[in-house]
Amino acid sequence: MSHIHIKNLTKSYIDKRRVARFNSSIATNNVINVLDNINLEFEDGEMVCILGPSGCGKSTLLRMIAGFEAPTSGEVLINGQPINGPRADNIFVFQHSGLLPWMTVWENVELGVRHLKDISQKHKTIQEYISMVELTGFEHHFPHQLSGGMLRRAELARALAVNPDTLIMDEPFSGLDFLTHMKIREEVVNMHEFIKKTTLVVTHDIDDALIMGDRVIVMSDRPASIKLEKKLDFGRPRDLGQNPELRELRDEIFFMLGVSYAI
Amino acid sequence: MFRREIIFPLTTFLSILFIWELITRFSGWSPQVFPSPSAVLISMQELISNGALLKHSVASLFRVSIGFFLAVILGIPIGIILGRWQTAKLLFNPLVQFLRPISPLAWIPLAMLWFGIGDLPAIFLIFLSSFFPMVVSTSVAVESIKPTFFQVAANFNFNRYEVITKVVMPAITPEVITALRLTITIAWLVVVAAEMIAVQSGLGYMILDSRNALRMDYVMVGMIVIGVIGLLLDYIMRILGNIESTAWGRLSK
Repeated sequence: MSHIHIKNLTKSYIDKRRVARFNSSIATNNVINVLDNINLEFEDGEMVCILGPSGCGKSTLLRMIAGFEAPTSGEVLINGQPINGPRADNIFVFQHSGLLPWMTVWENVELGVRHLKDISQKHKTIQEYISMVELTGFEHHFPHQLSGGMLRRAELARALAVNPDTLIMDEPFSGLDFLTHMKIREEVVNMHEFIKKTTLVVTHDIDDALIMGDRVIVMSDRPASIKLEKKLDFGRPRDLGQNPELRELRDEIFFMLGVSYAI
Repeated sequence: MFRREIIFPLTTFLSILFIWELITRFSGWSPQVFPSPSAVLISMQELISNGALLKHSVASLFRVSIGFFLAVILGIPIGIILGRWQTAKLLFNPLVQFLRPISPLAWIPLAMLWFGIGDLPAIFLIFLSSFFPMVVSTSVAVESIKPTFFQVAANFNFNRYEVITKVVMPAITPEVITALRLTITIAWLVVVAAEMIAVQSGLGYMILDSRNALRMDYVMVGMIVIGVIGLLLDYIMRILGNIESTAWGRLSK
């Protein structure tokens, strides 16, 4: 169970490079406002896709939900409790592989279940999640021996093996070739249909957001605020080509982000 | 067998031997000042058969092993602490950086005064020569670990012990092995110098003693053996760098 409530969340950084370069004494010049008063709620089991121009603070938002960074003001509540650091029921899937490169796939997946006392149960769980992401036969491979798609799958298996309440995915398909992208996207959707964990996905791909999300959120340029929040009550399988309503929404989002799909 | 990797270096060495032989024949220097390679080879056989060479080599290797080992088992943990703990770094890093450029040879008078004559001052000097490079390389390696790995550790609720054993130690292994390789070379350089002052054995002592006896052929035997052992030490460290637990470091970069 996880119900996430983001209340009046604001984040700003001191721009250290600017301070160093201009030696500026005017403090306000050196502050970068990343997030400006964000209010959001994520329901339990929901898959929410967050879109926004690059550098707008989408990842910062995710990192604060994961507890990697503290808000400047406001708070993130999970089931009513404020987040005060990273925890294992709130797993972050990194944009570039977060697998530990000195551990095999098996050892990486084991991280989430390493405290299980029952060894045979532990091994069963690890094998189960490795099979789920179709990496059987690659248990004892190191990350550098895997392809980009396999790396994402392995990290997904590691995240799911913890049985977290929330999965936080930062651009999970970036750097993949087109077909692998499609395949992993399908797997993430199937996985979500199956386990119904609250899943937050940051992406810059509008099609991904519209195909995957139960809800889509569009953020503005920095300092980011919420520009659009839309529930996507469409069944599956979803096809942008077949669904005029989704296509219209896509064009609306493109317009919002200042680009046009048709050229 | 006839690979370029073997043929080429061999050619270099043989050419140098040949040129050396030519110089000794035609330069007019006396063999006492500049012995020929063949004379050195004969002296080497002599020193091998009377056991002197083995005895001195073992003595030197023994001192290097002890001093280097102490430097490694103290230097790596201290490097990890300096790399992980900002307060420790602020307190002790300036001291380390201050002591590091002081040549271990500058410590010779103090070492002899404190530890007397024998193995101890030599071991102490080797320790000094290896300790600071190990501390510095380790702390730099720790500081350059990708923050992502610590975030993963926090996300999976690693305790402090697990952060050290499952993240920090494996992450720095490739860099530490490189540091070991460079440091053993320094230690080997220093042992010869250390043995010239405080002891009655070792390759450094052998060289100094031969000089006093005006046996330049023995001096050259000593130098050759030092070079060969140095190559072997480097080779051993390189094998260490190829072990499987560091494969990720070599192949994922």
